[in-house]
Amino acid sequence: MLLTILKDVAVLAGISGVLAILLVIAERWLNNYGDCKININGKRELTVKGGNSLLSSLGEKQVFLPSACGGRGSCGACKCQILEGGGPLLPTEKPLLSQAELADNIRLSCQVKVKSDISIQIPDSIFNIRKFSSVISEIIDFTYDIKGITFKLDEGETIDFKAGQYVQLITEPYGKVRQRVSRAYSISSKPEINTSIQLIIRLVPEGICTTWVHQNLKLGDRVNFTGPYGDFFLRDTEADILFVAGGSGKAPIKSMLEHLQVVGTQRKMTYFFGARSLKDLYLTKEMKAFEQVFPDFRYVPVLSNPDPDDNWQGETGYVMPHFKNAIRDPQNTEAYLCGSPGMINAVCKALQEQGVAADKIYYDSFG
Amino acid sequence: MDISAFLLFWAAIFTSNILLTNFLGMCSYLSVSKEVESSLGLGIAVTFVLVFTTGLNWLVYRYLLVPLGIEYLQYIVFIIVIAAFVQLLELLIERYAPALYYTLGIFLPLITVNCAIFGVSLFMVIRDYNFVQSLAYGLGSGLGWLLAILMLAGIRSKLREKMVPAGLRGAGISLIITGIMALAFIGFSGIAPIQ
Repeated sequence: MLLTILKDVAVLAGISGVLAILLVIAERWLNNYGDCKININGKRELTVKGGNSLLSSLGEKQVFLPSACGGRGSCGACKCQILEGGGPLLPTEKPLLSQAELADNIRLSCQVKVKSDISIQIPDSIFNIRKFSSVISEIIDFTYDIKGITFKLDEGETIDFKAGQYVQLITEPYGKVRQRVSRAYSISSKPEINTSIQLIIRLVPEGICTTWVHQNLKLGDRVNFTGPYGDFFLRDTEADILFVAGGSGKAPIKSMLEHLQVVGTQRKMTYFFGARSLKDLYLTKEMKAFEQVFPDFRYVPVLSNPDPDDNWQGETGYVMPHFKNAIRDPQNTEAYLCGSPGMINAVCKALQEQGVAADKIYYDSFG
Repeated sequence: MDISAFLLFWAAIFTSNILLTNFLGMCSYLSVSKEVESSLGLGIAVTFVLVFTTGLNWLVYRYLLVPLGIEYLQYIVFIIVIAAFVQLLELLIERYAPALYYTLGIFLPLITVNCAIFGVSLFMVIRDYNFVQSLAYGLGSGLGWLLAILMLAGIRSKLREKMVPAGLRGAGISLIITGIMALAFIGFSGIAPIQ
């Protein structure tokens, strides 16, 4: 009985083995197109082994075009524009492309095979999201529980993001924590610096990622992250701006302000920062300095619970009651919020009561 | 089974069309039948692969599985043989006949898992066909499948300008049309029944 089973398994394995070997040999001989270059948006060049589909070649290099059907040419999600190379249009693509797309040389990347150098155009939002490898080059203690950490990208790598977007930090196993987790943090440095990013991270008691960052990471450590993500970025309008932040929520707003400093702006801006007491305030001098940079900018730290020793002369309580004086024309005001979900909810409500439209209030919804 | 290969060939096209009587090979039939041109390419590819895999599987079954007494493994073995053959064929065509590749070769990955192809190999065993009969049945089934998808593609290209109820657009109306075509094909069934 056992012998029969073993024999049957052996025969099956034999047949599969022979066919697999045959295919491997055929693949070596027939499907060898040498190294091919894929040029993306004229910005980045990948070298891949020719002979595979464009979709899978890009995937190997961590550029992920959307694909729902897994490359069988039936969903049409993996469309991209081919500027050069790629061969003639295939009958498998035609049913999924409109006349306008055909005219623009849009193709299905799962059907196009990379057999020679090829030049393609894909949306920036997809192209930019990548996995980055970096080294910690600076750690600053902003407060007793908030650190600013600078991650320097590997040589030759650049990150292209909009002020306000975030990245997902991937933790390494440490101590008793065995699994890797990824957590979202807004970038606090300006987009004009594209070879490194700074994140502002507050220690959350029992937090897997923040504990890792605060207690394990040292200068020179290697850290991976993916990004940039998010629709929370500075809109290019002329409307008045209300920035509201709490805790480590200064990060994206710092990026926006530094970016505005580079490009210049005439917009009226007010920045409310909510904290408990003086020891929770940080970067105050830097933010105050922006009042000299912009024609109409005000930085207003608000303490909810100042220590008597603080000798606090500024605003107290919650940030919400102060909005009234800062809003000139609610119809022409944009609000950018970053902080805890509780703070965002309360601020949203207060802003709408003041007449600011809900679709002009921007925030990230990761806590 | 003493039915002439010639009769079997015609019967496979009309009286027991693999798609319209057995409803096998539906996925690619529904998804690639939007245009006559691509349907023709896919149909030819299916026919081509059917003839070869049926022959190959017959040889594997008769000279490998039966002597070793492992007929019960035919399902797995047939699938492996079909998948490997289709891959190999694609590589060959792509390298040596680029023109053919663009009309026929690109459909090959779509039909690796086409159930019509697997179904024909299984019918061939159940009905105890000899080698020539199997080839004839494979060729007939392929042409029958080609006929069915061409008809649907023709109808669908006419349908494009017509008002189809929103809920039926796409696969819904295609299945209804296929059902009606299948009814029409029942008319042939008395001529040369094969079981």
